[in-house]
Amino acid sequence: MTDNITLFINYERLTVPAGTSVAVAVLRANVTTLRRSVSGEPRAPLCGMGICFECRVTINGAAHARSCQIVCEPDMRVTTDD
Amino acid sequence: MSHSQTEKQSAIRNPQSAFDVAVIGAGIVGAACAYELAQAGLSVVVIESDVIGGGATAAGMGHIVVMDDSEAQFALTRLSQQLWQALLPALPRTVEYETCGTLWVAADEEEIQEVRRKQTFYQARGVAAETLDAKQLAEAEPNLREGLAGALLVNEDAVSYPPCAALWLLERAQALGAVLQQGQRVVALERDGVRLVDGSRVVANQIVNAAGSWSPELTPGIAVKKRKGHLVITDRYPGFVQHQLVELGYLKSAHSLTTDSVAFNVQPRATGQLLIGSSRQYDDESREVNTAMLQRMLKRAVEYMPRLAKLSTLRVWTGFRAATPDKLPLIGLAKENLWLATGHEGLGITTSLGTARLLADQICGRASAIPVEPYLPSRYSK
Amino acid sequence: MFERFDTDILVIGAGPAGLAAAACCAAESGKRVIVLDDNFGAGGNIWRGEAAQPRSSSAKVWFARVRQAQLEIHSGTRVFQQPAPACLLAETQAGVREYRYRKLILATGARERFLPFPGWTLPNVMGAGALQALVKNGLPIAGKRVVVAGSGPLLLAVAAYLKQQGAQVLLIAEQAARKQLLPFAAAVLRSPAKVVQGLKLKTELAFVPYRTSCWAVAASGEKFLQRVQIQCGSSTIAYDCDYLACGFHLVPNLEMAELLGCAVQASRVSVNEWQQTSVAEVYAAGEITGIGGLELSLAEGQIAGYAAVDQPEPARRLFAERAKQQRFADALNRAFALRDELRSLPRGETLACRCEDVTFEQLRQYPDWRSAKLHTRCGMGACQGRICGAALEVLLGWGASSIRPPVFPVRVESLMCDVTTNNE
Repeated sequence: MTDNITLFINYERLTVPAGTSVAVAVLRANVTTLRRSVSGEPRAPLCGMGICFECRVTINGAAHARSCQIVCEPDMRVTTDD
Repeated sequence: MSHSQTEKQSAIRNPQSAFDVAVIGAGIVGAACAYELAQAGLSVVVIESDVIGGGATAAGMGHIVVMDDSEAQFALTRLSQQLWQALLPALPRTVEYETCGTLWVAADEEEIQEVRRKQTFYQARGVAAETLDAKQLAEAEPNLREGLAGALLVNEDAVSYPPCAALWLLERAQALGAVLQQGQRVVALERDGVRLVDGSRVVANQIVNAAGSWSPELTPGIAVKKRKGHLVITDRYPGFVQHQLVELGYLKSAHSLTTDSVAFNVQPRATGQLLIGSSRQYDDESREVNTAMLQRMLKRAVEYMPRLAKLSTLRVWTGFRAATPDKLPLIGLAKENLWLATGHEGLGITTSLGTARLLADQICGRASAIPVEPYLPSRYSK
Repeated sequence: MFERFDTDILVIGAGPAGLAAAACCAAESGKRVIVLDDNFGAGGNIWRGEAAQPRSSSAKVWFARVRQAQLEIHSGTRVFQQPAPACLLAETQAGVREYRYRKLILATGARERFLPFPGWTLPNVMGAGALQALVKNGLPIAGKRVVVAGSGPLLLAVAAYLKQQGAQVLLIAEQAARKQLLPFAAAVLRSPAKVVQGLKLKTELAFVPYRTSCWAVAASGEKFLQRVQIQCGSSTIAYDCDYLACGFHLVPNLEMAELLGCAVQASRVSVNEWQQTSVAEVYAAGEITGIGGLELSLAEGQIAGYAAVDQPEPARRLFAERAKQQRFADALNRAFALRDELRSLPRGETLACRCEDVTFEQLRQYPDWRSAKLHTRCGMGACQGRICGAALEVLLGWGASSIRPPVFPVRVESLMCDVTTNNE
């Protein structure tokens, strides 16, 4: 698959290969903090397989989406805690 | 650390040194009783078979609320709320006490009449309460559905995290010399103390049964029945709800003596998570989640708050309230030297402090701030 | 949206064990087989991203069989509740699905074990399999400096993969001692296939230092990882790096099996020779019957698949292979046992629970898991104790507690789903 997908990470446009997970798209956008923990620590993916919940971001307005388990779709609006 | 290993051993091996009082149960009611009794200068042992605050204390909403179901219920909840407010400066952060207020939500004009009646009742008794119309309610809680008629706002009501409140009260009691005996069930109440599962005895002059939904097992025949409830907690959604929200129908649900019922009840935690309740069932003694009841409860909640439907839930759990026929707890002498502090149904967190005060008053022969007759166990043996 | 499916065989997990089971069921019997998986593509962890373009020979073989069998694979589907016997509810992004089945095969695989140490919560500190998964999903790694640490053969496979993708693998730090690993090396040498695998890895990792008796003691950085301290013997060496891929072997994902009431012993689902659990219509295969790697998962998956469609002969023919792989797995698990020093890595302020930010100092005030959970909320967060539970079992000897639905966080509307009337 050589198609590309364009989506928005913190309001900035990003193009990624089709099949990229949202977590990876965020990291490719040079965003290193996906969420802030309850005591304010910066966090990013830990387990890479949908179990740790550290990769939670807001996708199209819905909070707590596990970005490592979701594939990028055109025009997705992804926002992180920072 | 705080579990007083050496004192525990000596309590068992040295039956000559009798405690003044043995409190059975370290839920919030037992812990509060231990604290009051220790403050009164009595030697106290608290006997808990499991985790501190692990019974109904862990399955409650942690609501600190005044209720107007009857004068007696109002008096006890109001006294208790004032005692909580007095404790507030000392409460640690882990207790998460937040004076977020309660909104009693009215769905229609008939319920608004009820709101006005309640407002009059509370204001006449010095409790701040105001009626919100539909527009004001929508501003106060934008995630409630459209078309509600309004609500009663009771500003001084609060929420807390009960397991930590119970632990803190117990630790206060221990700091005053109370002893914790943890890990064994009480199997029998005897004239001069209690007998534990391993055959050992704890000797005490007075015994307080604060075992919540297990209290009838220790004192057969008391008017306490188990009433199962469900609770759901969501992930963090700060700002989604500002106040404790309860439908007026909650009171009908709590009143019913026989049928299973649900009522809309959502609470914001200090963490930003939402607690969703409430359900009431008799005759289901299993700890397992009852899927049908859970569905009913959530459907009711989503009727009042449609956007709840999309929120992520992390856990579902159950608990057993200790319910009495007249919806008032049992606080006082059962017989001889056996006292009861149980039967709090859905108001145990609030009334734990008032219960402890009234119980200590009776054990110590002090006058009480409110009449104690409505809560005396003897009302059931007439 | 609510959808209902009725199937003869339901397989949970589209990793090697699940796909092997499903392919055997479907090919041999003509019965309907559905495979559910949480990830957005099939392959589980080992074969992540290989469904369309298999890389390894085993993946090529099995994905071809999957295609041939025309398996129904439901990806992005997460089971959360059993509302009635022989019935499971699962959530997708779009709604809820109900699955009714005659036989169920559990192949829910394993997750990495994370052991806390100072700095373990920094961005770019993650599991070894985790970094591999992210790179497979498109994370650029060329030219990045990576330290691979922890324990287990997974570290080697990950390091080789990352190097292949252009990463600068600075070090592989294996906590086990060299002499502890020798029996495992001997076990490898007894199997020609594994010797070939081993030699291939050795070539790929030719210039990457592999140190035993070494482990990460601290990670540091401003907003993300910048440096790792590795303890090797009595000295501590600092590595400036971009990623720390650190995992301590694997723990099985037992939650589904526990929800269904299957007997579990010593972190394994108990199964008979047919891979049947203590619940008659439920089979289990792969890492959940004991961590054992790819070949064992394939053997068990096939046996479960044939057994579930009442084909004992083809199943029996795989018993010897399973036994051989089991012996290898036993050697593997013994070799990579965790050393005591790892228990003293966390400091008081190190977080034990990442969901609720509970420190070790806070936890140590409680005598057991249940009271710690209730009073600190450790284990009551979104991961439902999966991450901290595995760590605390090693660090404090605290056993896990009971399972309740939902076994995975789901939307309120999914919990409201009423199967009897088929309504939401």
